[in-house]
Amino acid sequence: MASDDMSGAQAPVVSVRDLVKHYPIERGIIFRKRVGTVHAVDGVTFDLMPGQTLAIVGESGCGKSTVGRLLVGLEQPTSGSVTVAGTDLSTLNARELLATRRDLQIILQDPYTSLDPRMTVGAIIGEPFEIHPEAIPAGKDAKGAVRDLMARVGLNPEFINRYPHQFSGGQRQRIGIARALALNPHVIIADEPVSALDVSIQAQVMNLLMDLRDELGLSYVFISHDLAVVRQIADTIAVMYLGQIVEYGDAEQIYEHPQHPYTAALLSAVPVADPVVQRSRTRIPLSGDLPSPADPPSGCRFRTRCFQAQAKCAEVMPELVASGDKHVVACHFPLEAVTSV
Amino acid sequence: MTPPLLRVDDLHVQFSTRDGIVRAVNGMTFDLNEGETIAILGESGSGKSVTAQAIMGILDPEVASIPSGSITFRGEELVGLPERKHRKLRGTDIAMIFQDALSALNPVICVGDQVAEMFRVHAGASRKSAKQQAIEVMGHVGIPAAAQRYGDYPHQFSGGMRQRIMIAMMIALKPAVLIADEPTTALDVTVQAQIMELLKELQRETGTGLILITHDLGVVASVAERIVVMYSGRVMEQGDVDAMYARPANPYTIGLLDSIPRLDARIGRLPAIPGLPPNLLNTPSGCPFHVRCTRAEDTCRVDPVPPLVEVGPAHKSACWFAEEVYAHGK
Ligand SMILES: Nc1ncnc2c1ncn2[C@@H]1O[C@H](COP(=O)(O)OP(=O)(O)OP(=O)(O)O)[C@@H](O)[C@H]1O
Ligand SMILES: Nc1ncnc2c1ncn2[C@@H]1O[C@H](COP(=O)(O)OP(=O)(O)OP(=O)(O)O)[C@@H](O)[C@H]1O
Ligand code: SF4
Ligand SMILES: [Mg+2]
Ligand SMILES: [Mg+2]
Repeated sequence: MASDDMSGAQAPVVSVRDLVKHYPIERGIIFRKRVGTVHAVDGVTFDLMPGQTLAIVGESGCGKSTVGRLLVGLEQPTSGSVTVAGTDLSTLNARELLATRRDLQIILQDPYTSLDPRMTVGAIIGEPFEIHPEAIPAGKDAKGAVRDLMARVGLNPEFINRYPHQFSGGQRQRIGIARALALNPHVIIADEPVSALDVSIQAQVMNLLMDLRDELGLSYVFISHDLAVVRQIADTIAVMYLGQIVEYGDAEQIYEHPQHPYTAALLSAVPVADPVVQRSRTRIPLSGDLPSPADPPSGCRFRTRCFQAQAKCAEVMPELVASGDKHVVACHFPLEAVTSV
Repeated sequence: MTPPLLRVDDLHVQFSTRDGIVRAVNGMTFDLNEGETIAILGESGSGKSVTAQAIMGILDPEVASIPSGSITFRGEELVGLPERKHRKLRGTDIAMIFQDALSALNPVICVGDQVAEMFRVHAGASRKSAKQQAIEVMGHVGIPAAAQRYGDYPHQFSGGMRQRIMIAMMIALKPAVLIADEPTTALDVTVQAQIMELLKELQRETGTGLILITHDLGVVASVAERIVVMYSGRVMEQGDVDAMYARPANPYTIGLLDSIPRLDARIGRLPAIPGLPPNLLNTPSGCPFHVRCTRAEDTCRVDPVPPLVEVGPAHKSACWFAEEVYAHGK
């Protein structure tokens, strides 16, 4: 590898430090009483580098979407910080926040419910221009800008006056992508952007996302539970379990040599779409069910299902520590570490 | 020769809707033998569930009809069978589990009693012995502390646990044919893997013929012996899993296989099938795939539809260029 950026390492476009989001569990109709806390996100830290794709993976309820919503400011963190292009969002006033948020846009999972059925496609894609008219390219009106966006994501600009129900799932996802691109963001948070789509359409939308990344220099936070899809796009992955990152680092290294027992079990459970290969694989079984995020286990949260667990795991919470040269893992007894050559 | 356990032959199913006739299944054909697993693979709307509903005899007679084709179970014709007889078959010989087990379970009867009921009705067990057997089989499918959870209601169970209960009921019922319609699509992969293993185990124990409906080729690769690939209500290709995977003989199958991301390789950009999924209200003439097919020629665009032709042992493809595509390899 060339040594060009060894010294002047690039600055991350987004930095997340110790992000926490707790939801109160309340009971009672007249006198609301707090009876517990859902630890949806519990101390998440990562960096997104320019032009790179960071994937957040993990099973249902581990906190992936909550991280996404915190990043774009749809929700406020209980504690911790989100820094965009060097500026901590919590230090900004409302106007500055609005300007910074332009840079971070989100694409949501469900192309069927995330678009307003009463708005035309043109109005949906062009809506961000109402708040940020300055984002319309010089010499264009909003309509012209929308047409350009439609063409860019592979939608026929003639359909500008149609309604969402007149489009297929894959086309609706393209509408969501066009809208996210309107303000020329540097960062896109994509929350399960292809999970609701058929495979043949999934590949089209994935390819579009990769093309846009390369042409526009976008950085992605790609949230998905589908590890085969993630492998095609991610540079870095963060594996979450019950609100925490258990393994984080170079995607290829983690796919080839997972070190956290959970990552290894998760990867072993995904069937490979090749009968000969699939038959030769063995699954690492997980014992028990997922514990409740309202009452996570002491010590390591994974210990109740872990095949490596020992007494220490119940007492001491493992920190993320470097293991190998390109990734970190939170486990007292990680699987064998490997260093890349 | 004894007939296969289940034979579906040139089955057509259509719905009359406000917008016109929806031809959901157009010539579905396959055989299922005892102890065999056949996967029906296809994208959304390709007619997988409707095929299953036709076999089960649960199509809505108000809107659905079977204009032609036949479904035989151990040689007995099911198309046109009186509802009373069909219901009897459904309770004993042919059973189905759905993507969402919640809809299949009775919300006001405790889970354990629903499992025990199977032993009472189908194995004639006494109340006491049925409860005992239910607890046993619940433990067997991995319900922790089964005796304590016997009295829980379906909503108190997670999606994966409900699916396990369905499988526990099938172990009691021992159906000859079990149709599993996307049984794990809504579940996490670790749970999905457990459920698929349970299904295979059930099959080994009972010799059930399993029809697995899915759009996930990974799942197919792990459990099925044969595949039927559907597109727009038609069989595009069918054959043994390994043969078909190694040497697909239909451009749609090739497109599908190529566009599936694999866990074990980073390909990056995948060769996607261009264009849009078919609209069943307005199917094109000729091969239903011709509008998206890179191999299509003029013959493909006009009727008749290409027939299923044999390209290899028990391997058939519906494409005018089947032999050529097959010979050319993937
Ligand atoms: N508004 C809320 N109030 C209370 N709990 C919440 C709220 N939003 C999310 N949670 C809980 O926080 C946890 C994390 O949820 P989140 O939606 O982030 O998970 P996820 O990883 O995106 O899961 P999925 O793969 O199912 O989308 C879950 O236990 C969820 O039930
Ligand atoms: N009751 C009905 N009335 C009208 N059309 C119907 C009815 N049931 C199914 N269809 C249509 O029949 C076609 C095939 O549907 P089917 O449910 O078999 O698809 P599928 O292959 O199971 O898809 P999926 O993967 O989405 O479950 C679809 O176009 C569907 O809209
Ligand atoms: S810390 Fe212990 S329980 Fe947690 S993953 Fe590692 S070995 Fe398993
Ligand atoms: Mg989510
Ligand atoms: Mg279906």
